[in-house]
Amino acid sequence: MTRIVTIETRDLDKSVKEGGCGECQTSCQSACKTSCGVANQACEKAE
Amino acid sequence: MIHCYQFEGLNIVLDVFSGSIHMTDPVAFDMIQWYETEPAEAVMAKAMEVHKITRADAEECIADIEKLKDEGKLYVPDKYAHLARDYRKKRFSIKALCLHVAHTCNLNCSYCFASQGKYHGDRALMSLETGKKAIDFLIENSGYHKNLDIDFFGGEPLMNWEVCKELVKYGREQEKLHGKNIRFTLTTNGVLLNDEVTEFCNKEMHNVVLSLDGRKDVNDRFRVDMAGNGSYDRIVPNFQKFVEKRGSKSYYMRGTFTHHNTDFVNDIKHMLDLGFTELSMEPVVTDPSSPSALTEEDLPVLFEQYEELARLMVKRYNEGKPFTFYHYMLDLTCGPCIYKRVAGCGSGTEYLAVTPWGDLYPCHQFVGDPNYKMGDIYTGVTATETRNKFASCNAYSRPECQDCWAKLYCSGGCAANSYHATGDIQGVYEYGCKLFKKRIECAIGVKLLTSGIDQPGK
Repeated sequence: MTRIVTIETRDLDKSVKEGGCGECQTSCQSACKTSCGVANQACEKAE
Repeated sequence: MIHCYQFEGLNIVLDVFSGSIHMTDPVAFDMIQWYETEPAEAVMAKAMEVHKITRADAEECIADIEKLKDEGKLYVPDKYAHLARDYRKKRFSIKALCLHVAHTCNLNCSYCFASQGKYHGDRALMSLETGKKAIDFLIENSGYHKNLDIDFFGGEPLMNWEVCKELVKYGREQEKLHGKNIRFTLTTNGVLLNDEVTEFCNKEMHNVVLSLDGRKDVNDRFRVDMAGNGSYDRIVPNFQKFVEKRGSKSYYMRGTFTHHNTDFVNDIKHMLDLGFTELSMEPVVTDPSSPSALTEEDLPVLFEQYEELARLMVKRYNEGKPFTFYHYMLDLTCGPCIYKRVAGCGSGTEYLAVTPWGDLYPCHQFVGDPNYKMGDIYTGVTATETRNKFASCNAYSRPECQDCWAKLYCSGGCAANSYHATGDIQGVYEYGCKLFKKRIECAIGVKLLTSGIDQPGK
């Protein structure tokens, strides 16, 4: 592709099957403590 | 749904429901947006006219766009509403507790949401017995969760430090007996941070949050002791010694910015000058009538500040002096799965706050509000209606979020912020949404600018 570069990202659709283990950190616990943002959480399985 | 924006010369296309991110040249940037609603032939004709490209060029670009669509990387439809609806309803196991070990504080910060640690109630310290019972309660109710989080919070938890240490010891015994992995964290204002605390934290605390608002005058405006003296000169040396000994273990230097320091990037720079590199800076959430509350007029200033922060991060990265900003942390390849993205933080369901007396609340921000008491560690969660209401908060539960491109980044936002802004946890704190969206745009921009990947046509 000459006009588009696709960055490698986690495929959310695929994560329907492989995700949902529930082991990751609760979102604002121990970090910001005042606003929810799940985007910056790490996946426990991937670690 | 796609979200297209420009950032520091980059043309960025987010495909919301696949999570894909594309960088494009100006031609593809326009064509991708037009193709969402117009037929290919019309898009090509428009591109040839606007961008003066040949028919062959336009056809090639359309072919690339259609290829990405076929591969599930563009225009992916929204198909996750059922996941959001079902995820929390199925499971009420608890994985995280915010232990309010001290409802008292040795500072008297006027903007404190916890009303100087008292949470609108009496001063109190959690007993060792209550703390142990809370750990038992967590383990008993943790179900399938292996990783459990316990945060020592306050008020100021170091005012009850001996109990914190004993609870860590107890937790370590119990996790072995029950096959769990407890991650302890501590949030502190730094006044009592000494060598002994540092040594213990570096051994036992998964993360430590250090509260500092930045420049001396900014910090000392609010973060004062009972006599009204600023805390900066007392806490900064403690924090510097702590971080020096912390090594590679996790910590955050966490500040709050208000209407009085909308130029908060100067506070970030000050933290960097002091030698801190793991940073978090939060907008104050307070009564709109408060003089420190952020205003509509502040918004353009804050947007510019978030962009300046992004530029600073890229500059420092290129100079080999990177730093972390909590809200710009994104792991694009190993980030949260779709369940996490739709379900949110887990307050009121898998995350609860425990008062010094053992009462349970949905999270630390609801503590002291009698309408939100959920039970106690002795009898468990009894306010099942409240729990169900929190369980139903997700990326799909608010009509205002339906067409928002950022909903899988925020999962519907913070229930406490919604409640304090609108009186309802299912409300929308619009001001926070605006800041959040700006932060995500900047965070992705920083990622791309430090990825080593060039934008097409550059």
